[in-house]
Amino acid sequence: MKKIEAIIKPFKLDDVKEALVEAGIEGMTVSEVKGYGRQQGHSELYRGAEYVVEFIPKIKIEIVVSADDYLNKAIEAIKSAAKTGKIGDGKIFVSEIEKTIRIRTDEEDAEAL
Amino acid sequence: MKLKLFALLAAFMPIAAFSADKLDSGDTAWMMISTALVLLMTPAGLALFYAGMSRSKNALNTYAMVMGAFVLAFVVWIVAGYSLAFGTAGSAFVQKFIGGFGNILLSETKWTDLSGTYPAYVFVAFQGTFAAITVAIASGSVIGRMKFSTWMVIVALWGLVVYAPITHMVWGGDGALLFDAGALDFAGGTVVHMNGGLAGLVLAILVGKRVGYPKTAMKPFSIILTAAGAALLWFGWYGFNGGSAFGANKIAGLAVLTTTVATAAAGVTWLLLEWAIFKKPTLLGIASGIIAGLVAITPAAGFVSVGGSFIVGIGGTLIAFFGVVTLKKKLGYDDSLDAFGIHFLAGLWGALVTGLLALNDKDLLWDGPLKESGDRIGQFMVQVQSVVVVGLWTLIGTVIVYYIASALTGGARVATEDEEIGLDESVHGERGMNL
Repeated sequence: MKKIEAIIKPFKLDDVKEALVEAGIEGMTVSEVKGYGRQQGHSELYRGAEYVVEFIPKIKIEIVVSADDYLNKAIEAIKSAAKTGKIGDGKIFVSEIEKTIRIRTDEEDAEAL
Repeated sequence: MKLKLFALLAAFMPIAAFSADKLDSGDTAWMMISTALVLLMTPAGLALFYAGMSRSKNALNTYAMVMGAFVLAFVVWIVAGYSLAFGTAGSAFVQKFIGGFGNILLSETKWTDLSGTYPAYVFVAFQGTFAAITVAIASGSVIGRMKFSTWMVIVALWGLVVYAPITHMVWGGDGALLFDAGALDFAGGTVVHMNGGLAGLVLAILVGKRVGYPKTAMKPFSIILTAAGAALLWFGWYGFNGGSAFGANKIAGLAVLTTTVATAAAGVTWLLLEWAIFKKPTLLGIASGIIAGLVAITPAAGFVSVGGSFIVGIGGTLIAFFGVVTLKKKLGYDDSLDAFGIHFLAGLWGALVTGLLALNDKDLLWDGPLKESGDRIGQFMVQVQSVVVVGLWTLIGTVIVYYIASALTGGARVATEDEEIGLDESVHGERGMNL
């Protein structure tokens, strides 16, 4: 099983979710995070004083998939839906998952996904 | 003419209730509503205005400082503040500065007494809301590092040592220093705004700057709350200025319009200034301009024309903008929420420009060099005198009150760790929002 963590621009969440559903992904976890990479912070004004804000709001999507074809479909779905072509589009990380359990039924691993 | 003077004086000297006055239900209703309007300005208007600008970790504490100040200041007002402010002292010399302790707990004022054409009790309550908002204004300068206990002691002492005497000197009736000189302050440009703003600066300097100021970004909790607070302040200000006509009459009507014109002009001016200078107009800017305009028109509301109101409002923004954006950085003081920058400076402008723009109209509610002998320059000099006297009294009085309060509470400043955690948690053990 593989875990996909994708950091995307917040306004792209709906597009990415639609693309993932179309690719056959049935569930996901979403959290509001802050971060920066190469994107410079933006500045905010307070009575004329400019504050540079480095941490920019992003959305993190976490999905766990059972098979490699789902993995590739999910990655493609995220990439195409989340891309704007401008700096700050985000990143996708893939890692290995040891075990998955469905709490309600005690199903494990592939059956739990 | 003599009867008119009679009625005028009656409005300013409620302790000696003249039997010539009868209760007017319109005036009474208006003054009671005005009391409620001005009350709204502090625990709702000012509290939201200030809390919105504080950092999230201190927003609840900011609100508590304002609301706490309001309730305590009112109690002090009833106990002794009213007597000191509007009483008549035994000796002529004392009467120049304070009204004496003859009316503690309103022992000398009966519920049947009149202040002009409405109950004296309403006058007491109305003036009490002014006493309370004045000290609450000062809290804005010390947000984020002052102990709540010290603040409450300051509130209690300041009401008696600074606010009541200044109120007496400007509005206290015959024998009072600035009242006799003919100083024009319709609703409290010097008494409330210059006073509160300067006290704030004094306290801010004495308690010291916040940790990390000015390098650390101190982002406001919610500018939307600040803007809502400014709107509530504007709403309540119709009681502040309109009620200072002490009746539902033409002068109140004048004050209602001048307040509207000056404030709107001031809001637009700040908006345009920011747009031009910083390229982006901000909601905080519009809200700040509104407050600057309201403060500036306060001493002038019942004395100037429509054209005068525009000048007062625009000038109020110009000077407050300068104070907030330039002066503060140059002089390096940490006036957290710009109580000095907006209240003192716009109040100072209003007090002085009132002397220059007050209409020479015999039907207006005041006495002074201008009305008596058409002496515009003389009137302006009296305005300068009032500003200097009030400024000095506030400065010295606030320093004294600070040191007494600080000694009584073991130091005015919270521990550094508490300051860094935030006063909501360290002082109150509360969260402003549980999201």
